[in-house]
Amino acid sequence: MRPKAGASDDERVIKLAVLAVGGQGGGVLADWITDVAERNGYIAQSTSVAGVAQRTGATIYYIEMARDTGRLPVFALSPSQGDVDILIAAELMEAGRAIIRGFVTPERTTLIASSHRIAAVSEKIEPGDGRASSEKVHATAEAAAKRFIAFDMEKIAAENGTMISASLLGALAGSDTLPFTRESYEQAVSAGGRGVKASLAAFGAAYDRARGIAAAGDKAAPKPAAESKAVPKVSGPETLLKGWQELAVRVAALPEPVRDMAGRGLRKVVDFQDIAYGGEYLDRLDKAVALDDADHRYALSTAAAKHLANAMCYDDMIRVADLKTRSSRDRRVRKEVGVKDNTVLQVTEYFHPRIEEFCGTLPVGLGSYIENRPNLAAFLDRRINRGRHIRTDSFSGFAMLWFIAGLRRWRRRLLRHKVEVEHLERWYELALAHARENYALGQEILNCRRLIKGYSDTHARAQSKFDRVLSALPMLEGREDAADWIRRLREAALKDEKGDMLDGALKTVATLD
Amino acid sequence: MAERSFAKEVEKLRLGAGEEFAGEGILAITKALLQCGVGYVGGYQGAPISHLMDVLADAQDILGELGVHFEASASEATATAMLAASVHYPIRGAATFKSTVGTNVASDALANLASGGVTGGALIIVGEDYGEGSSIMQERSHAFAMKSQVWLLDPRPNLPSIVKAVEDGFELSEASNTPVMLQVRIRCCHVHGHFIAKDNKRPPMSVADALAAPRRDTGRIVLPPASFLHEKEKVAKRWPAAVDFIKSRKINEIFGSDHGSVGIVMQGGMYNSVVRALQRLALADTYGDTDVSLYVLNAVYPLVDDEFLAFCEGKQAVLVVEEGQPNYIEQAFAAMLHKAGRGTKLVGKEHLPMAGEYTGQVMLDGIGSFLRANAPHLLPGEVRAPNKLGEGVDTADLINVVPGRPPGFCVGCPERPIFAATKLVEQELGKHHIASDIGCHLFSIMPPFELGATTMGYGLGPASASAFNSPEAKRRSISFVGDGGFWHNGLTSSIGNAVFNKNDGVIVIVDNFYSAATGGQDILSSRASNRTKSTKHPITEAVKGMGVKWLRHIDRTYDVGKMQATLREALTTEEKGPKVIVASSECMLNRQRREKPLVDKAIKGGERVVKPKFGVDEDVCTGDHACMRLSGCPSLSVKSLDDPLRDDPVASIDQNCVGCGNCGEVADAAVLCPSFYRADVVHNPSRWDRFLESGRRAAIGLLQRRRESRRLMFADA
Repeated sequence: MRPKAGASDDERVIKLAVLAVGGQGGGVLADWITDVAERNGYIAQSTSVAGVAQRTGATIYYIEMARDTGRLPVFALSPSQGDVDILIAAELMEAGRAIIRGFVTPERTTLIASSHRIAAVSEKIEPGDGRASSEKVHATAEAAAKRFIAFDMEKIAAENGTMISASLLGALAGSDTLPFTRESYEQAVSAGGRGVKASLAAFGAAYDRARGIAAAGDKAAPKPAAESKAVPKVSGPETLLKGWQELAVRVAALPEPVRDMAGRGLRKVVDFQDIAYGGEYLDRLDKAVALDDADHRYALSTAAAKHLANAMCYDDMIRVADLKTRSSRDRRVRKEVGVKDNTVLQVTEYFHPRIEEFCGTLPVGLGSYIENRPNLAAFLDRRINRGRHIRTDSFSGFAMLWFIAGLRRWRRRLLRHKVEVEHLERWYELALAHARENYALGQEILNCRRLIKGYSDTHARAQSKFDRVLSALPMLEGREDAADWIRRLREAALKDEKGDMLDGALKTVATLD
Repeated sequence: MAERSFAKEVEKLRLGAGEEFAGEGILAITKALLQCGVGYVGGYQGAPISHLMDVLADAQDILGELGVHFEASASEATATAMLAASVHYPIRGAATFKSTVGTNVASDALANLASGGVTGGALIIVGEDYGEGSSIMQERSHAFAMKSQVWLLDPRPNLPSIVKAVEDGFELSEASNTPVMLQVRIRCCHVHGHFIAKDNKRPPMSVADALAAPRRDTGRIVLPPASFLHEKEKVAKRWPAAVDFIKSRKINEIFGSDHGSVGIVMQGGMYNSVVRALQRLALADTYGDTDVSLYVLNAVYPLVDDEFLAFCEGKQAVLVVEEGQPNYIEQAFAAMLHKAGRGTKLVGKEHLPMAGEYTGQVMLDGIGSFLRANAPHLLPGEVRAPNKLGEGVDTADLINVVPGRPPGFCVGCPERPIFAATKLVEQELGKHHIASDIGCHLFSIMPPFELGATTMGYGLGPASASAFNSPEAKRRSISFVGDGGFWHNGLTSSIGNAVFNKNDGVIVIVDNFYSAATGGQDILSSRASNRTKSTKHPITEAVKGMGVKWLRHIDRTYDVGKMQATLREALTTEEKGPKVIVASSECMLNRQRREKPLVDKAIKGGERVVKPKFGVDEDVCTGDHACMRLSGCPSLSVKSLDDPLRDDPVASIDQNCVGCGNCGEVADAAVLCPSFYRADVVHNPSRWDRFLESGRRAAIGLLQRRRESRRLMFADA
C-alpha cells in the first residue's frame, strides 16, 4: 500500500497470504506467524476460510501486520490482486494458483513455495500421465515474483517427522522478508507446545536452505535424471552368468543410441523368464536395427527396444507371484512401512483370479479346450472367480505363490504365452512393415504398445483401445502425416477410461480426405 | 466430539473487566453474549458459525456457572422457535446459524416471533456464507429482515465493533420489542484480534425463574385479531422505536471530513475493504484517516432517513457500497433523496458489480471509477491516469496447467467406498437418477465418482427424488441423505414422505456418527457418550418407526462387495415401497483424532497394537490408475518410476494412509489388479507372535534362497 502523505514507512502494513491444500496445517502456520509478529511489537490480524475448505480443497489464510504505534490500523480481511508482499504456497500448483489470481507481482511479492506436488484428483484419474507441468509453474513464478524461493519443504518436514507448516515457517524466516529475528520465530514454535523438537528441527533445516537459495538466488533443483542401469551388477550361477555375458556382448555391439534402452530391456526380459528369452528379445530387436540408420538416431530401434521388452514381460499370474515372493520385495515393504526390530510385519495380498487367468496358466491344449466350452468355463469360473486375501507372511500363503512363480520354467508351453506371442508378432511385424515405407509411422505403431496395461477388465479395455487406434491405419494409408495421427489417437486414448475421446478422434480421422 | 476443541480457548471467556481478550471472532461473540447477561443460547452448526456452536459446547461449565442454558438445537427452526422464551419473559436469548440456508429453515419461526414481538432481547447471529469459500447458493439475509421486519446489524469487521454490536443488539431488541439479526461474514468469524473485556453478567431472570412464575399474554400470540394488530404495531411503534435507538445511540458511524463534495455509504461489513481501497488510492492512511466522508451502516435495516439526508447535505455525489443483490439499500436511499427533492446524485451498482463478492480488486476499481467520475481532483496523478502496474505477468498458459482443487473426501473417508460401490453397481445395471443431499457425501458429484444430479437442501435428498415414482418405471431412483440431514428434517420430509407416498426408490442414509461436514458435532445417532447430550439413538430404529419395511444396515462401509450387493438387491428386488440402506462407519477425521493418541499411548505402554497401512508393488502396478478412478483418496497418488522403460506413473500410497481398507476392497470388488497389499505392523508383539514369525521367516527364507541361488540376480531387482 502507498501510505497517505505523511505516514512514515514505520506504519506500513505488511500483507502475507498462505495458499495451502486442506489438511496441510495452514492454520497452525498462520497462528505462528501472528504470534511472531505480536512478539515483535506488531499488531497482527489473521483470517481464514474454514468450513469445507479443510476437506482437501485449496484454501487461503491471510495475515496483515503493522508496527504497534498505539493506534489500531484498519486491516483488510482478504488478499487483493497486486497487493501482497509475501505469498507462501504449501504446494507448487497452489503457487501457480496464486499467480493466476494476481497475488504475485514482480514489484513486491516474495513467493515462497514448496516445490513438491500433491496431485489433484483430475491429474490422478487419467489412464496416462495426467500430471500438470511443474516446469511451467517454475518458469512463470521466476518472472512473476520479485523473489522466488522454492524447494521441497514437505520432504524436510517428513525427514524431521513433522508437518510442512514448520518448514514453511523456516523458509519464511530464512527469506528475511519480515523484520523479525530467528529467535522470535523459534519462541513462537516452542510456545505451541506439541511436537516442538521435530518442528524446530524442520524449521532450522528449511531456514538454512532458504538462506542458501536467497543468497544464490537459484531455483528449486529439478529431480535428478536416472543413472544408467544399462550394465547392471549381476550375480548368479556360473553357467547363467556366461549366458548373460554373451547377451551383454550383443548389446555392446548395437549402435550406441540403442544400447542403454536395449540393456534395460534385456535385463527385464531375462529377469522375467531366462537367458534364452533374452536371446529372443535381441533377435527381434535386430530386425528393427537392420531397418534403422544413424540419420534417424536409431529412434525406431530404441522404441523397439523399449516396447518389445514391455510386451515380452506381460503380467501373468506367474510374474505377479514371482515379484511378490522375492526377498528384495520383502525388504522394500519393510522399508516402506518402516518396520523396526521390535515389531512384527504381516502382509496381506489381494488377488481376484478369474477363469481367464486360470486358463492362461494351463498348457495350451487344456487351456483352449476349456475356453472353447462356455458352459464348462462358466462352471469353473463360479468356483475360481472371487477375491482371495493371501497372507504372504504365513508359510502356506507364501508357499502357494512360490509354487505358482515356479511355473515359470514351463511358461513357454502355457496358453497365455501363446496368446501374447501371437499378439506381439502381429504388432511388431505391422510396425516394421510400415517402417519400411514410413519410418515415423512405424515408430508410432511401436509406441502404441504403451496402451496395453492393467489386469482383467482394465487389460481388456486397454487391448480394445490398442486395436481401435491401429484400426485407423487403413484410413491413413499413404498419408504424409499418418504418424502424427497415430500419435494423436494414442494420446486421446490415454485421456479417459472408456476411450470416448479416442472415438471422437477416430471420427475425425474417418473424415480426412 | 467436535473436530476442533476450544477447551483451552474458552478459559478466555472468564476474563474480567479491563483485561485484554485476544482470539477469534466467534469466541469474542460468545464472550460478548456472557457480558450481556444472556439467559439462554442455542443454534445449529454450519460454516461460518460452526465454531461458535463448538465454543458454546466446550464452554458449558462456564455457562452453567452463570446459569445460562445452552441448547444444541435440532435445526435452525428449532433454534429460532426457542427464542419464544423471550416473548413474555425479560430474558435475553440468542440463536445462531448459517445464513441464508439456516435462515430459510428458520423463517417460519422467525416470522411468528417477529409478529408477536419480544420482551427480553432476542438476538439471532447469522453467519453470512457469501463469496469465496462459500458452499451454498448466493443470497442475502437482508431480505429476511425486510419481510419479517426484524432489525439487521452488520458491524465493522473488527472485534471491538462486533462485541459492541452484540450489546447494542440486545438493547435495540428490547427498546423496540423486535428480534434483531446480527450478521457476521465468513472471514469476520475467523478473524484474530483483540478487545478489552467486561465482567460476565448472570441473567437477571433465568429460565428456571420463568418456569417458576409462568406468564401469558394473548396479545402476543399470532392469531386474529392480535395478528392484525401486530402488523400495525410493527410500523406504528416498533419501527420508530428502533430508528430512535439507532439514531440516539449513534449505531451508524461517520468517518472522514464531513465537508466534501462526495461521500461513500457502506454496510459496516464492507468498511475495511472500502478503507483499503482508499489507502491504495492514497486517500487514507493506515488507520483509516481520510478526506473522503464515509457513512458506515452498522445497522443496515431499518435505515435512518434524516441521518442519511444529513450526510448527503452539500454533497454532489454519494456512492452506496452494498454487497449482493437486489440492491435494497441503494433503492431505499434513492427513494429518500427523491422524496426529499434533493439534488445529490446517488450511485452504486453503476460503479460496482450488481452480483458477486466485493473483493479488494472490485472495491479498488469501483471506488476508483466513482472518484474519477465525481471527484477527480482528490486523486493523485498516477491514479487518475494509471499506467497499468502490478497486474503480474501473463498467466494465460498457466490457467490451462494448474488443476482445480475442489474439496473432497478425506484420507480413509468411510463414504468413499459407498460411492465406489455405487459406481460399480451402475457399471452393472446402467446409469440411474441419483439425488444428492447436503453434507460431505455431496463430494460424490465430483471426480472420480461424478454421481448425483441435484441437491435441494438439508435432509431433502430423498424428498427431491419423490417425483420419480412411477408404475411404468423400469429403473429406480437412488437418493442419498447424511445422518446430519436425516435428523435435521430428513426423517419426516424424506423418509416419512417416501413411506406415506409409497415411493419405490432406493434411499441410502450415510451414517458417519457425526454432523461431519460442519465439524464433527454430535447428533442423536452419535456412538460416543456425550456428557450433556443424549446420544446412541440408532437411525435404523427411527427408520423402522417411520414404517419402512425394506431396511438393510451395513455396519462397515469399507466392505465394498457387500455395499455393492446390497445396492444391487435394493435396485432389483420385487418388494415395493422405499428401500432404505443405512451405511454406517465413523468419520475417519474424527476417528483418527479420537484413536491416534490412544494408540500411541498403548504402543508406548507396551501393549500389543496392530497398525494397518496399505502399499503398492510398483513393479506389479501397470500405471492404468483404475484404482484411483474408484477412490480419489488423497494418500493414494501417482509417482514416476526412475525407469525409461515405463511411460506412465504408477500408483503410490503415502505415509498419511490410515489403512481404511478401501484400496484392497475396491481392487477386489472391481477385479482391478494384485498390486495392493496391506501391511499390518504388530507393535509390542507377544511371545507367540515372535515365535510364529521367526519360524515363518526361516521357512520362507529357505524357499527364497533356494530359488534365488538358481537364477540371475540383478543388483537392484
